[in-house]
Amino acid sequence: MALKRKLGILADAAKYDASCASSGTERRDSRGGGLGSTEGMGICHAYAPDGRCISLLKVLLTNACVFDCAYCINRASSNVRRARFTVEELVALTLDFYRRNMIEGLFLSSGIIRSPDYTMEQIVRVARLLREEHGFRGYIHLKTIPDADPVLLEEAGRWADRLSINIELPRDESLRALAPEKDAPGIRRAMAAMRLRIDAAREARRAERRAPAPRFAPAGQSTQMIVGADGADDAQVLGTSTLLYAGYGLRRVYYSAYSPIPDASRLLPPAPPPLVREHRLYQADWLLRFYGFELAEILAGGQGGMLELGIDPKLAWALKHRERFPVDLDRAPREALLRVPGLGKKTVDRLLSARRHAAIRAADLARLRLPLRTILPFVVTSDHRPRGGVLDRADLRARVAPDTGFTAAPRQLALF
Amino acid sequence: MEGIGILLPGPAGFPAWRAEARRLLAAEIPPEQVEWRIAGEGFGLFGTAPPPAAGGEAAPRVPRRFVALAEVAIRHRDPSRFALLYRLLWRLAQGEPALLEVPTDPDVLRLEAMAKSVGRDAHKLHAFLRFRPVALPGGGEHHIAWFEPEHHILEAEAGFFVRRFAGLRWSILTPAASAHWDGESLRMGPGATRRDAPPEDAGDALWRSYYAAVFNPARLKPAAMRAEMPMRYWRNLPEAQEIPRLMAEAPRRVAEMVARGATPPAPRRQRVAVQPAPASDVAAAMDSDDPRTALAALARELAGRNDLPPWSAAATQMVFGEGSPGAPLLFVGEQPGDEEDIAGRPFVGPAGRLFNRALDEAGIPRDRSYVTNAVKHFKFTPTGRRRLHQSPDAGDIAYYRPFLQREIALVGPQLVVSLGATALRALTGRPLAINKTRGEVIRTEAGLPLLPTVHPSYLLRLPDPAAKEREYARFVADLRAAHREVA
Repeated sequence: MALKRKLGILADAAKYDASCASSGTERRDSRGGGLGSTEGMGICHAYAPDGRCISLLKVLLTNACVFDCAYCINRASSNVRRARFTVEELVALTLDFYRRNMIEGLFLSSGIIRSPDYTMEQIVRVARLLREEHGFRGYIHLKTIPDADPVLLEEAGRWADRLSINIELPRDESLRALAPEKDAPGIRRAMAAMRLRIDAAREARRAERRAPAPRFAPAGQSTQMIVGADGADDAQVLGTSTLLYAGYGLRRVYYSAYSPIPDASRLLPPAPPPLVREHRLYQADWLLRFYGFELAEILAGGQGGMLELGIDPKLAWALKHRERFPVDLDRAPREALLRVPGLGKKTVDRLLSARRHAAIRAADLARLRLPLRTILPFVVTSDHRPRGGVLDRADLRARVAPDTGFTAAPRQLALF
Repeated sequence: MEGIGILLPGPAGFPAWRAEARRLLAAEIPPEQVEWRIAGEGFGLFGTAPPPAAGGEAAPRVPRRFVALAEVAIRHRDPSRFALLYRLLWRLAQGEPALLEVPTDPDVLRLEAMAKSVGRDAHKLHAFLRFRPVALPGGGEHHIAWFEPEHHILEAEAGFFVRRFAGLRWSILTPAASAHWDGESLRMGPGATRRDAPPEDAGDALWRSYYAAVFNPARLKPAAMRAEMPMRYWRNLPEAQEIPRLMAEAPRRVAEMVARGATPPAPRRQRVAVQPAPASDVAAAMDSDDPRTALAALARELAGRNDLPPWSAAATQMVFGEGSPGAPLLFVGEQPGDEEDIAGRPFVGPAGRLFNRALDEAGIPRDRSYVTNAVKHFKFTPTGRRRLHQSPDAGDIAYYRPFLQREIALVGPQLVVSLGATALRALTGRPLAINKTRGEVIRTEAGLPLLPTVHPSYLLRLPDPAAKEREYARFVADLRAAHREVA
């Protein structure tokens, strides 16, 4: 099969994995030899019309797979065309794209062939060749297979910047039903084993700066959860990610709206992906990690374990907790400012800096290009106070809700 | 009033601007009197007065952040950038030293916006520049790229490509300037045209097919794409030619997938996964004479139960006891903590480390003792990035008790040591106070000698160092007493 055809099949097979991050790893470059660099910040070399960043060459080594996961296009019982890269082909392709400055590196995953160990061995070989034979200094993200030999995992962590294992579904019982060969507790144990190694390597780096530390995935681990393939509600989805963040120190949990695949299983007939829900989950995830919200608070903004789709979770929370507003921008502590709808972390820091020198005025908010319609009813400044009773109005939601772009029917083609 | 004309040698040279600005500031020339120009661009009608003479160039003290922002903002293409920077410098030096901390000031806003725009342009250069290799007559390749930056960033950003492609020979061509790396040194050259760069080649075709394949037609979001990859970059990106087709075909592709519905399983299915080996015969193993085998079987039995407390599903794994059967001393703690849950072993976290130290001081070899917990799963509440320990309740203790009793029976110690209240309760079946029973040997419910003491995590929680010291000594003394009992 021609390389171009193979690339088409194996990139198509990998695209349902949302992660394409190339950030957060150690700094290195090629001035001492080799090829490539990583400077901390990730770089997106292109964007596809689905709005997703293309940072890495994201492919499968092969899309042949003995597992039969209903949500996956590569499952054993699918009719999809199968292909397989040789290790050398993939190494050459990565290097060629990299020299052309098309990618930051490689994100390699694979269908399970023969056995978990055999498959993991092939994945590790690609990374080893890139690093050892070609001095590749770019970014490498490897998907690890939970059941593979710990020795292979150890080696994967030596070559890779990031490792990941997908949790796949928010509930253990969904995984049992839809991915019979996968084992949720086994996945968590594998994540725990990775955390142990990542922590140990980080600890060693910190402790002795002079001796080379045992390298292990300096950009940490991440995972992906498919949303909308099982009956889990947002409470279960976010509950699972909370457990993963707290337990295994994950850098990111990616939410991937279950997307129709060309060759769908009878267990999961195709339907349009719940993109708005995915977006709200990301917002909630952010509030949990960086804005000091508790899971119960975020869920209280919605109903019956589901987030509001029409407005963002912070605004939804504020509308249900109007007694906490208005917040005085000149006096309120940072935590209170972070809870004002429309104020992000960076803006809050700028306001804190500005108010040390002069009182905040409504015009300042306009100069910072903030969404005034959303913010003003919730804040007090030296020259602004929400009009009496505005916070009690039944139509407050309609007055403050920003145009999300989700409410109107998409008319994307007209923009051309 | 006559303006003063300052001529700068290039469009983005910070040192030259700084030298002039210092001179102007020393001569106390206010910003509105200065007109800035770049060599070759000529002056306007007003500014022809000569600049102040050299000398008196004492460097003014300005926040480091101003220098950092100015060095970037000076690359902006806006002709007013030099004047803005001098105005800010003037204000900083003339009584507004904290100016930069007022992000709502119009000059500060403009400075930050300029620096941000330059930073973004630099980022897009790193991202959207594409090299094409050209074979050199004497062997090897020359990588050539054509790019149209928005600001004067090439010289400042060439270092990025040096660090990344130090071993390659490359040239970056832009309308205003070019940069050339021969593997050893960087040379800046004049501007070029698109025709000076190589045309699309087979590598681009391969990249275009990759780009088309990773696009998911069910997630069409062109506004998000354009926000990050504005159309002005498209003409130099080979893959952008795929965009109209991909977008036009997307609705039909999705409609077809949905209309087709599920497809029947493939007639020639991929080879079936290897079935997991059948679980060994639990009953047979329990009856085993070898206590190690029996303990392992007990652990498997507990892990496999379907009536475990519901919270235990959040734990990573069951953490069973560890040590040699026949050990004279058996220690029972409360439950595994965060680190024990991750490692799957008891007493490896902070409390475990303190416990090891105390054992060591009491002369007890841990590898000849047996350590376990009353409750075998980690009970916690997740908060942010941590898992907060939650004490097991009476129901939890009761659930695990039969397993603890069987575990102890299989190990067969001479003395059991309970660490903390939970263990004491699990072993006696009663909520006893440690302080009332501490240091004396009582009996477990099963009639084994039992010596109660505190849990090492209690010592970690004591805020007062003196109390900590004292309690630790008492703990070690209890362990010594236990050691004497079995000596």
